[in-house]
Amino acid sequence: MDSNIRNLLSKYIAEEILKQPQKVIPPDKEIISNGMIDSFSLVDLALFVEDQFGVQIDDTELNGESFDTIEELARLIEKRM
Amino acid sequence: METFTKILEKNYREVPDRTALTLLSSDKSEKSYTHREFLTCSERYSQALQSSGIMPGEVAILILDHGEDLICAFFGAVLYGVIPSIMPFLTEKLSPDSYRKSLISLFKITSPAAVITSPGFEQDVLNASQGTGVRCILTDKEIKMNFSPGRQVDFSHLPGTHQSPEQIVLLQHSSGTTGLQKGVALSHRAVRNQIDNYSAALLLNSGDVIVSWLPLYHDMGLIAGFILPILKQIPLVLMSPFDWIRAPYRLLQSISDYQGTLSWIPNFAFNFCTQKIRDKDLVNVDLSSLRALINCSEPMYWNSHKKFLERFEPSGLRSKSLATSYAMAENVFAVTQGGIETDVMVDIIDRGAFNQNRIAKPLTHPRKWEKSLNIKDQEINRPHIKMLSAGKPIPGTEIRIHGPDGEDLPDRHVGEIVIKSEYMLSGYYNRPDLTNEAFRDGWYMTGDLGYISGEELYVTGRIKDLIIVGGKNIYPQDLETLAGEVKGVHPGRVAAFGVYSEKSGTEEVVLIAESDLDIKFAGEPETIPEIERIADEIRDKITRGTDITLRKVHIVGKNWLIKTSSGKIARNTNREKYLSEMAQPE
Repeated sequence: MDSNIRNLLSKYIAEEILKQPQKVIPPDKEIISNGMIDSFSLVDLALFVEDQFGVQIDDTELNGESFDTIEELARLIEKRM
Repeated sequence: METFTKILEKNYREVPDRTALTLLSSDKSEKSYTHREFLTCSERYSQALQSSGIMPGEVAILILDHGEDLICAFFGAVLYGVIPSIMPFLTEKLSPDSYRKSLISLFKITSPAAVITSPGFEQDVLNASQGTGVRCILTDKEIKMNFSPGRQVDFSHLPGTHQSPEQIVLLQHSSGTTGLQKGVALSHRAVRNQIDNYSAALLLNSGDVIVSWLPLYHDMGLIAGFILPILKQIPLVLMSPFDWIRAPYRLLQSISDYQGTLSWIPNFAFNFCTQKIRDKDLVNVDLSSLRALINCSEPMYWNSHKKFLERFEPSGLRSKSLATSYAMAENVFAVTQGGIETDVMVDIIDRGAFNQNRIAKPLTHPRKWEKSLNIKDQEINRPHIKMLSAGKPIPGTEIRIHGPDGEDLPDRHVGEIVIKSEYMLSGYYNRPDLTNEAFRDGWYMTGDLGYISGEELYVTGRIKDLIIVGGKNIYPQDLETLAGEVKGVHPGRVAAFGVYSEKSGTEEVVLIAESDLDIKFAGEPETIPEIERIADEIRDKITRGTDITLRKVHIVGKNWLIKTSSGKIARNTNREKYLSEMAQPE
């Protein structure tokens, strides 16, 4: 398990999406179903993952069913790396 | 005059096998429907309403996902003479509790007789409908069970085809507690007149293809991106807003695939596409078929058009294809249209004169959009604003600019935009009080600010305290009420307003709440755990209770917010205070 992926995701979300850089997002906290990441920012998250980890997330996967926490997203990335 | 329903019947007889619409699904599959097919399916909904004892003239609320069922339920209601109103579907982020509150508020004012929804949502609707006049809740599944696509539609038995042009054909609502109380009631005559006149302004012709991702509960999506093409026999390619927001390239891809000629999008979508579409998603995309990509539903910016053109010119986008419109549900839809087969006009005005004297002083003569691209800031040599014209009034609409006492203002003076047309709303449904307030001497007061130069209308701002985020109307009082419920917020001491974001091309909501805590200075970073808790709770409550996602929350100490002499929180004054004291550059 690569904690670096989780940290990078958490940092990106806090800084670039939430605009609250000091915010710490627990890896098991919901980020999509509760609206923390709004629909306008989902595509940003996908672009970040693609640039940072070279992993494609299809637009049909951008919903709370595919991943709803940083942990779930990190696993999805690890599986495809 | 033929009613809306008579035209559907005419289309059924004249072009039964012509494709009326193509629906693009989330899984990237597509399905086309001829006029006969979708009207046959719609008739099932008419029959279901009839067998449930619903009477023509009553209201049916539609709460369905963007797709075939919603389309057929809408036209099924119209054919039966029942007045449909489309309500946004419950999204993942919304708390069921606040959605239920919205429903109750809608049911109270609108008194619907029926609700058509999906099976999974039936129980929630049932709970919300207790004690209201809702007599039946129908689900799309039971209606479709007995569907036989081969049968003929018997229009003579459908009461909607026997209505008079003055009868109400549909209701349009904005969302939120406040918006839901103002159902814009439109007659057959109003919808017909708007569509005919707007089609003329668009130079609509049989070669057109309309592509839309807009939601159908919004006037732009409902009229321009749905009813207009269907009534006018123009092929429509429709995708869901949920799919578009996750994959903005799909709009451009679809324009390319279907040779789309017309599409309407709000200003933010120009920025969104410019910033978030990758080159790899533009391979083989050809936008040269596009006659007009129409910016509408929120303030329009020269810079958004410029960046969009730079980004997509290599994909065949023509400079002339960028168009503008000023529209509102109360006028059915369009008030003006600019940039059809010609350039949108650009007026370069003096920023100082505009801010201080509310006068649009031109620094050079107004010029066509394409010619405005080459102009260098040094040539103008003064602080200025490049105003995009919203175009000229469409036939049948008259526009004036009024001063505070209802007096006509001369050209280039900024005042309230007021309109009169042959297709205004019949009234706010069941709210004669609001209808009366909206008109002065027969003029509908839009609450928007603007000026006229020649025949062109330029929209400059707003008098009303409305926030428009990504084309969606947000009422600040709804946000303030929710924030006021958070423990630690001083009741009634909250202000919400919009601040334009150059990056996203739309307004961002800022909310300022006074706390009873002893906070020494405004804008303190959220280092105190209690302040962070309050701010986070406000964010969560508003994100889950409204259409927006709230980011910018500032907790301030007592008496930070300025009140008017009558003791109300003055949003605009506090907005100014925020901009001078707290706002960070983007």
